Amino acid sequence: MPEPTIFELSKPNRRGIRYPKPDVPEADLPRDFLRDDLPLPEVSEHEVIRHFTNISQYNHGVDIGFYPLGSCTMKYNPKINEDVARLPGFTSIHPLQPPETVQGALGLMYELQEWLAEVSGFEAVSLQPAAGAHGELTGVLIIRAYHRNRGDEKRTKMLIPDSAHGTNPATSAMSGMEVVELPSDERGNVDLEALKTECDDTLAGIMITNPNTLGLFDENIVEVCQLVHDVGGLVYGDGANMNALLGKCKPALTGIDVMHFNLHKTFSTPHGGGGPGSGPVGVVSELAELLPGPVVVRTEEGDEETPPFYDFHYPEHTIGRVKAFHGHFGMFVRALTYLITLGKDGLRDVAENAVLNANYLRALIKDTYHVPYDRLCMHEFVAEGEWEDAPDIQALDISKRMMDFGFHPPTNYFPLIVHEALMIEPTETETKETLDAVAEAMLQIAEEAHEDPEKLKTAPHKTPFGRLDEVKAAKDLILTTSLPEDYGEA
Amino acid sequence: MKAPADLKYTKNDEWIRVKDNIGVIGITDYAQDQLSDVVFVEIVAFEGDELDQGETCAVVESVKAAADVYLPVSGKILDINETLVDSPELINEDPYGEAWMIKIELTDPSELDDLMDVEAYKNMEREDH
Amino acid sequence: MYTPHTDADREAMLEAIGVDSIDDLFHCLPDRDLPDLALPEGMTEMEALDELQFIASVNESTQELTSFLGAGAYNHYIPAAVDSLLRRGEFYTAYTPYQPEISQGTLQSIFEYQSLIAALTGMDISNASHYDGATAVAEAVNMALNRYRGRRTKCILSPRLHPQARETVHTYMMGSDLQILGEDLDPEGDPEDLISLIDEETALVIVQYPDFFGQIHDYTALGEAAHEAGAMFGVHINPIALGLLKPPSEFGADIVTGEGQPLGIPLSFGGPYLGIFATKKEYVRKMAGRLAGETVDDRGQRGYVLTLSTREQHIRRERATSNICTNQGLMMLASTIFLSLLGKEGLRELALLNYHKAHYAAEQINTIPGYLASPGKSFFNEFVVHCPRPAAEVNQMLLEYDILGGYDLSESYPGMENGLLMAVTEMNPRYEIDYLIDILAEESDA
Repeated sequence: MPEPTIFELSKPNRRGIRYPKPDVPEADLPRDFLRDDLPLPEVSEHEVIRHFTNISQYNHGVDIGFYPLGSCTMKYNPKINEDVARLPGFTSIHPLQPPETVQGALGLMYELQEWLAEVSGFEAVSLQPAAGAHGELTGVLIIRAYHRNRGDEKRTKMLIPDSAHGTNPATSAMSGMEVVELPSDERGNVDLEALKTECDDTLAGIMITNPNTLGLFDENIVEVCQLVHDVGGLVYGDGANMNALLGKCKPALTGIDVMHFNLHKTFSTPHGGGGPGSGPVGVVSELAELLPGPVVVRTEEGDEETPPFYDFHYPEHTIGRVKAFHGHFGMFVRALTYLITLGKDGLRDVAENAVLNANYLRALIKDTYHVPYDRLCMHEFVAEGEWEDAPDIQALDISKRMMDFGFHPPTNYFPLIVHEALMIEPTETETKETLDAVAEAMLQIAEEAHEDPEKLKTAPHKTPFGRLDEVKAAKDLILTTSLPEDYGEA
Repeated sequence: MKAPADLKYTKNDEWIRVKDNIGVIGITDYAQDQLSDVVFVEIVAFEGDELDQGETCAVVESVKAAADVYLPVSGKILDINETLVDSPELINEDPYGEAWMIKIELTDPSELDDLMDVEAYKNMEREDH
Repeated sequence: MYTPHTDADREAMLEAIGVDSIDDLFHCLPDRDLPDLALPEGMTEMEALDELQFIASVNESTQELTSFLGAGAYNHYIPAAVDSLLRRGEFYTAYTPYQPEISQGTLQSIFEYQSLIAALTGMDISNASHYDGATAVAEAVNMALNRYRGRRTKCILSPRLHPQARETVHTYMMGSDLQILGEDLDPEGDPEDLISLIDEETALVIVQYPDFFGQIHDYTALGEAAHEAGAMFGVHINPIALGLLKPPSEFGADIVTGEGQPLGIPLSFGGPYLGIFATKKEYVRKMAGRLAGETVDDRGQRGYVLTLSTREQHIRRERATSNICTNQGLMMLASTIFLSLLGKEGLRELALLNYHKAHYAAEQINTIPGYLASPGKSFFNEFVVHCPRPAAEVNQMLLEYDILGGYDLSESYPGMENGLLMAVTEMNPRYEIDYLIDILAEESDA
């Protein structure tokens, strides 16, 4: 039985919180501006707790079970990060306080900038972007500004491999770029010949994800960057898949000029049911003065007696701010806690185990699920969710059936270049026992697909909700509810 | 897939039926099948507009995909099918009949030569499937 | 540290893969001999906590200081129930609800959030949120430009729209041919001053309510002027103020954006916050961002799904309404819980408390020679104080008494050197206000 909405639970004169009586004289109210009606629900605190606790039980999360959503890096979110982020010294500081009163916060941001720079090889980092897509927008605007500041206004072409995230073309279009798609070769790398034909003096740059969305490290990455640089273009790196590279490869050293990090993927800040993310951007030295401001700088080194001093700095040719204030500070606290907990060896350990887990699961299922581009993968791999001798079954059916085993399905229908794609990213925090159980379930599902396809078509069976009617939702477009018309009468 | 013999087709899966220099335009049975259940149609051309071949005249959406509809030929828009706004499912039910989208007066009938006849359309190579 | 494998696990896994060592898995990397990262060794949880507690203690928080700082981020009380629910792993360790059968908790909370924001703003619909108020404004501009498909290329921003929101619009629109007008008008002028800028090329006019100076205006005439020219009208709100004030729908708003931080989200040095975005139903397909819609499952139960995703980047790619792919998930949930707890009476009570305290403070400031607080203007919980000397100096002086005075307006409005923007909320007991007045009066005498 589904939980009622908070509006359906409402009853006149109930309250979830009371405020103190005013301790000042009451002022005249602005009569012309007062609202007549405020149709919000009225519920007690206990009902609020029970309501949201009840609906939370309908969710799957990393704390509950395996969550191999490809390219999303659903790793364990350490609890210490949550405790630390809630220290009053972090939650109760105002973004516009004078720098001398927030040296801890500025120092923390500076440290995080330094850690990210060291891990990636970039010269400078801005923490401001709020999410991966926001970091992309920042990066592409930086590329645009770089060319225009040199008077090179004809560079409007952005190359995007066909395996890219949908955000890449959307970002380029938002930034006034013209998108040209590049095919992949038979090993899943960017097709070098196709790239060469697009390399001319209108090229602004290329947006590349490495490891790519097939989970493959582009074997030609250095050459790709070189070709683009040779004609004056810049290389944008989508850092969504950085988890595979920690301590193993610095993207800047492969030729990438600007890249965003996803703190909510690689650096364990929680995904929060869709956000908040955090998408800092790293750049090579030539682009440092274009970063969105403010960034944090250390203006005084400090010594044994006096602490260093940190301040905000607006880069000289900044593209401008991409949001209010300084970025998702609460996420910076969590990410830095994670980083210092791991240290240099722990970071390498993350990459090694993420890659080990993905390859292990791939090895366990690849004889049953066709894996195109069958070579060693990085942190994830893409299998096909279809069989010629089970014509009714699609990737979606396999996914829905996986829920009955207590697992979140992989990413479906992405990347677009693989038919019926199942994009699987186990992450480094899963045990061998979990991976064995997942493989066993997937093999059983494959068998069912051939022998009892109906079981998949009607899945899931054991979840609190069955398949939902998306066509009805899109046609009816019921996007809100409200208190009933006769509320409070009776 | 159904494809009546009296129509002309584009490689983007629009059809046009021409009589006395007046064309009626819609999307094909193949297109509606690829989209699956259509939930929304927006005709972005207005009566009286003079548009060129290849310009966007409508957007069709299902829960899985959104497709732009391009004008197969240039001309002046005479009429648009308002009923599709309330009944987008007509696209799935009767793509060549009730789900016509636009009536247009052709400005350059020779453009029809750029289009395919039914045999060519049925044999057209497609990238997927 | 958080990886679970034993040596035996690792051996067995490598064997199953068919390689000899972990290094073999990385054979395709270009630089096989990357030197160790120049970073310290990892810490234990105990050590990390100690380190971070120290860093936090270096900050002087609004719990230690007396704060009258607002300017887009407000110090409000957060009921205990909010964080208690946010800490449920079922909520915070989930991601975007792509699989609705096992995401109804997130989906129903999005649907309830959309409903609460619609009720609060008086608009038909709301999306599942943007990154913050400033980016919500930029998305409003984006939407208006899309609506007119490039036929209208002007946008008018009130000079009293949050300066950082205006700056964000400029950055977002770098790659377009949008012309931005209005910002250089007299910041202390009337909202009607904007009317003369509106013409047939105007896509959108945006004002703030209460405005950046805390003032409340009747925007009816401005909204009408925008509509007469065929332009859209956007209003950027403070959601707490709407507990007391008429919703912007009554001024004819087509788009309502807002900074949702006051709805149960900590100051947290500027983020993460919450971008409110609401509009009329007719614009639903032009709007960016996630949306939850009601439907049924195959067992006949009511449920929710993400809907109209054909507007979004993963389907439309370069033709998407925006590149945004997430919403502000957990912050949205915080505000949903917050509004549920307060309800109609609670939000009104909170708004009144802010209103009365701010008016008391302004009145008291007006008794100090040389200081003038928001003369002759209606305001909510924030007001401009014209000081007898530069606001920067006043702030510096107040800080010596552990008071965060306010926002120095000259940082955004050259020429307003003596302008200090002060906010008063339910978190400022009367004795704090009286203490501020004593200090200002003493220093003024000195």
